[in-house]
Amino acid sequence: MRNNLMKKMRRGQTGFLFVLPSLLGMLAFIVVPFGDVARRSFLEAVSGAWAGFANYRTVFSNTAFRLAAKNTLRFEAICIPLLLALSLLLALLLNSLNRHVRFFKSCFLAPMAIPVASVALLWKILFHERGALSGLLHLFHLPGSDWMRTPWAFWILVASYVWKNLGYNLILWLAGLSAISPHLYEAARVDGAGRWQCFWHITLPNLLPSLFTISALSILNSFKAFREAYLAAGDYPHESMYLLQHLFNNWYRDLSMDKMAAGATLHAGVIFLLVLFLKQKWDREE
Amino acid sequence: MKKLFLEKLKALLLALLAFVAVYPVCFLLTGSFMGGGEIRENLRAATEGQAGYVRMPWLPQYPTLQSYVELLLDSPEFFVMFWNSAKLSVGILAGQAFVAVPAAWGFAKGTFPFRKTLFAIYILMMMMPFQVLMLSDYLLLDGLHLLDSHAGVILLSVFSTFPVFILYRFFDSVPDALLEAARLDGANQWQIFFHIGLPLGFPGVISILTLGFLECWNLMEPPMTFLKSKNLWPLSLYLPNLGLKDAKAAFAASVIALIPAILAFLAGQDHLEKGIAAAAVKE
Repeated sequence: MRNNLMKKMRRGQTGFLFVLPSLLGMLAFIVVPFGDVARRSFLEAVSGAWAGFANYRTVFSNTAFRLAAKNTLRFEAICIPLLLALSLLLALLLNSLNRHVRFFKSCFLAPMAIPVASVALLWKILFHERGALSGLLHLFHLPGSDWMRTPWAFWILVASYVWKNLGYNLILWLAGLSAISPHLYEAARVDGAGRWQCFWHITLPNLLPSLFTISALSILNSFKAFREAYLAAGDYPHESMYLLQHLFNNWYRDLSMDKMAAGATLHAGVIFLLVLFLKQKWDREE
Repeated sequence: MKKLFLEKLKALLLALLAFVAVYPVCFLLTGSFMGGGEIRENLRAATEGQAGYVRMPWLPQYPTLQSYVELLLDSPEFFVMFWNSAKLSVGILAGQAFVAVPAAWGFAKGTFPFRKTLFAIYILMMMMPFQVLMLSDYLLLDGLHLLDSHAGVILLSVFSTFPVFILYRFFDSVPDALLEAARLDGANQWQIFFHIGLPLGFPGVISILTLGFLECWNLMEPPMTFLKSKNLWPLSLYLPNLGLKDAKAAFAASVIALIPAILAFLAGQDHLEKGIAAAAVKE
């Protein structure tokens, strides 16, 4: 018995040794430097004197920050549910077709491989005032516009995010769907359940555990949408797609350390709450 | 009959959507085989402010390899950036494999205290976007005198926790009974890792490398922020500097930049899919 316990402890320690290099690296290069930034957020940038919440007050009263935070929240609130729903629909469609599945998967995954800059080039040609979209509308005698300089810019960003991540989420949903036992459907059909009933009472509840992971990964990928926005529209895009990344970039260029420190700490706090929320949901499903 | 019609309709809808997904590749390919004059003519409306609209033909009128030849022979900076990209990718992937593979194994099969809490911290770190860590990354690299160097950019990505998260799912599915049997036969932890864990989790390793390569090849924020010298820039920063006026070079450069990504994609597609899918399925 005692011997067994010793063995278990040794085993436990070895498991820890596997994690150690990664853990030390993460602590030294990510966590500790970030802790330092969080500390700095309470200090004055130049003198290093204690500033309390002064930096946070500056950030909150900053109109650019409010705009960027509002846009980022709006972007997340619209594009995450949209992507989740569309990719689920696509997965169900592909599952029910059950032919050429591999071919379609490759097609939908292709946007992952396309360099961001090439996508931005396409944007410029499509959405220029005299670009392809305006040209198409002209055929129907509708007015064109410099799309990237209108509120449509935001929707272009949403569309591009969905386009880019549809394949990734499709694979995630397909994996979730394939994990549902076919016996459940058979049993339900024997009991006389229709297609919709099967979907509501079997498919959806069984996909729920995957939902939270898929949401987390979708949010993770949504932070990368900034790349297209930045490459197609530069440092100061139309105000509807001015995101937190733009703001941090501009702060970085101006060396506004105090604002960056407070902003980063706030942002990290929001992500922390989000992960906590997702994790809690996640564990409850288990 | 009705069912067959429905099937056809579904296939048509999927084909239409799939076309939208791959259209940019066709567009770039077409553009890269056009001569300078033809591209200028097509984009004239946008670049010179003339009447009419941009044209996006399906096929080049006079196919030519001119753009490729010029890019490959006359733009040495393109090569420099291509190799910079390769260097960064290899450095980051090697580092990640070295660090993340054992870590994921430890988290999946270890029994040390605070394992769950630590893993939760990993997930939290995985979710942090670049801008949150921008200032701390800067201060870190500044302190280590690694600003404006490839080593600095590589260092920032090596300890990324995303690959640990994905690999964890792969290792987690290795049956415990197998490990127990090996232990009874007298294998120690390292032997179990190298002879059972690694071979069984190998598809996972390939899939994090494929996912990681696609990410590295498009790496933007860190090099943009921390690399001042243009001769250190990766390809992902070269392309954006070509505007509509250099569309000719941009098309050819895009296609060449796309090739390694497509190759990685084709070579690793099954693994890539498994890697993506691994996150969704709970055991």
